[in-house]
Amino acid sequence: MRPVLYVFTFLSVIALGFWAYRENYATQEVLREVRVLQREIAGLREGLSVQKAEWAWLNRPDRLRDLVSLNFERVPLMPMEPGQFGATASVVYPVPEVPAIELPEGVGAVETTSATEEEGL
Amino acid sequence: MRTPLRPLARILDARQKGENPDLIERENLARRHDAMREKSQPRASARLGLLALAFGCAYLTIGVRMGHLAASEPVEPVASAPGAEIVAQRADITDRNGRILATNMTTSALYAHPKEMVDPKGSARKLAVIFPDLNAEDLEKRFTDGRRFLWVRKVLSPEQMQAVHEIGDPGLLFGPREMRLYPNGSLAAHVLGGYSFGAEGVHSAEVIGTAGIEKAMDARLRDPAQAGQPLELSLDLTVQATVEEVLSAGITMLNARGGAAIVMDVRTGEIIALASAPTFDPNNRPVPLVGKDDEASDSPLFNRAVQGVYELGSAFKIFAAAQAMELGLVSPDTMVNANAPMTWGKYRIKEFEGKNYGPMLSVRGVIEKSSNVGTANIALMIGPQRQQAFLKSLGFFEPTPLELIEAPGARPLIPKRWPEIVTITTSYGHGMSASPMHLAAAYASIANGGIYVKPTLLKQNGPASGVRVMSEKVAKDSVAMLRSVVTDGTASLGEVKGYEVAGKTGTADKPKKSGGYYKDKVINTFAATFPASSPRYVVIVTLDEPADTSGPKPLRTAGWTSVPVTAEMIRRIAPLLDVRPIVEPVTGAALTAAAN
Repeated sequence: MRPVLYVFTFLSVIALGFWAYRENYATQEVLREVRVLQREIAGLREGLSVQKAEWAWLNRPDRLRDLVSLNFERVPLMPMEPGQFGATASVVYPVPEVPAIELPEGVGAVETTSATEEEGL
Repeated sequence: MRTPLRPLARILDARQKGENPDLIERENLARRHDAMREKSQPRASARLGLLALAFGCAYLTIGVRMGHLAASEPVEPVASAPGAEIVAQRADITDRNGRILATNMTTSALYAHPKEMVDPKGSARKLAVIFPDLNAEDLEKRFTDGRRFLWVRKVLSPEQMQAVHEIGDPGLLFGPREMRLYPNGSLAAHVLGGYSFGAEGVHSAEVIGTAGIEKAMDARLRDPAQAGQPLELSLDLTVQATVEEVLSAGITMLNARGGAAIVMDVRTGEIIALASAPTFDPNNRPVPLVGKDDEASDSPLFNRAVQGVYELGSAFKIFAAAQAMELGLVSPDTMVNANAPMTWGKYRIKEFEGKNYGPMLSVRGVIEKSSNVGTANIALMIGPQRQQAFLKSLGFFEPTPLELIEAPGARPLIPKRWPEIVTITTSYGHGMSASPMHLAAAYASIANGGIYVKPTLLKQNGPASGVRVMSEKVAKDSVAMLRSVVTDGTASLGEVKGYEVAGKTGTADKPKKSGGYYKDKVINTFAATFPASSPRYVVIVTLDEPADTSGPKPLRTAGWTSVPVTAEMIRRIAPLLDVRPIVEPVTGAALTAAAN
């Protein structure tokens, strides 16, 4: 019994050692990958900030103003003015024309009857 | 085969001979021990050898490891993945809607190792072609005078970098640089200030603010913990651009030397726009004027809105009227003595162009017509002590608490002594000087229902809390008086349809350096608030030496210069600020039902 236990212990030590060895290298590999990804993210972030800066630069007010005056014939844009505001209450809504309601035959008669009945009561 | 210790045959034999049989036993025992010793000795020495080997190995391992540790670069053990790398070393600056005002760009710096250069002369010549501001001969001299290291350019554009690459000299090297970029050019230049490099190395350089909010908030912008969050200003990019456009058009039209404009939210104290003209490009900040005769205010770097300390003229009159009402001395309709000219000791107080609005004028009339004599009499009712205390409570005695590095230096000029003549002159804005920003804060306090608001350039989350400087009723009456200045008084050109502009003009003669005042040089100010029924914004426009020359005689009063500029500004910015104009209702006939 004892030799079996010895052999088993020995084998399990070897197996664990092998596992730890592999785990160590796998971890190092993952860390390397993370570093590469972080660098890539940093690069992309930098690219993003350049894009943002370029967007801000292309949309700077004096350039937009020049573009508006250049393209005034095609797109006549004017500065916003107080006259362009309005209150919703001041908008007159057209009253929709509703066709006259025609009551089906007999309905009117019934109503008249009930009306007379009520009067009678 | 084990030998017995007392073999019977020998014992019996020895007994017969009368010898001691024990001797035989001892002899055998000794023989047996010898045999055992001989047998175990090699085993023991083998074990000892093994042990020595094990110890030797252990010592060797430790020794090699120690040697390795001593000889190699120390590396921290990595147990987990590294965190995100710092994005930028300096936080961005954005306006209140998140539009970028200042950001960072990665670029390169050019330096040289002249010892490693192949062709210093040719390289110097080619560099001078790429950078026209460099001198080829100077550069060549510096490349060949024996130095080992030399900065050539602090920042390069990608095109320039490519051109330098194409020279192909191994002694020309690039270092990464993070530079500050202001994508909107000169927009809000006086707020942003500028940047420069601090400590410089080959691999990186410190970016530090040199002026404006970049310097005032330098610690916040450089804080690595907040590098990812932009610094949000209270400015609105669109409003700022409009204000600058209108201001510069006004300055050109009125031949002014310069001007300043401030738009301030009266509830929060946020500065929505702050402009000063002439302006500059913070990407390429000009050098300050250093000549003996140069006035600081001539430099485009000078922030007239914050640093410019001027006698602000009649715009001050409303403070005397408000205080007198607060003290219960007068009401808007109380008649005061406005008989001009007024004599006080050796001084004569006159009205504009020697007019006389008297003999008696209501307080409202004094403000409407901008009567110096009327204001002087109101100020005399108040008295010097109370006047000083009131102006102090409106912030006129201290530099403004604005987040600009220039702000603390702009201390108002207060007369050392405060006799009654100073009380009189101060009441109509002469004798003491303050910046347009002081005026904005004081007007905002009136427009805010009498609670002092602290001007700020940082975005706020809600109305600011402050000290009450006058009652709500007095504040309301004061705004109503300011409104009548526009409807019936000196600022009639300030009317903007739908926005109920209320404000007060101020025309102050410029003081001479040698003492006294210029006859034809003025500082014109219009301090306005709108809409008068429920004020939301204060607009201050100050123009330096303007003149309306469209008529036969140049007009230099604020009513003809600052007021129309302010009116145009309000007309343009109010819709951008979401202020609903008070529109007249459209009559029913204007809109008809569509045919179908």
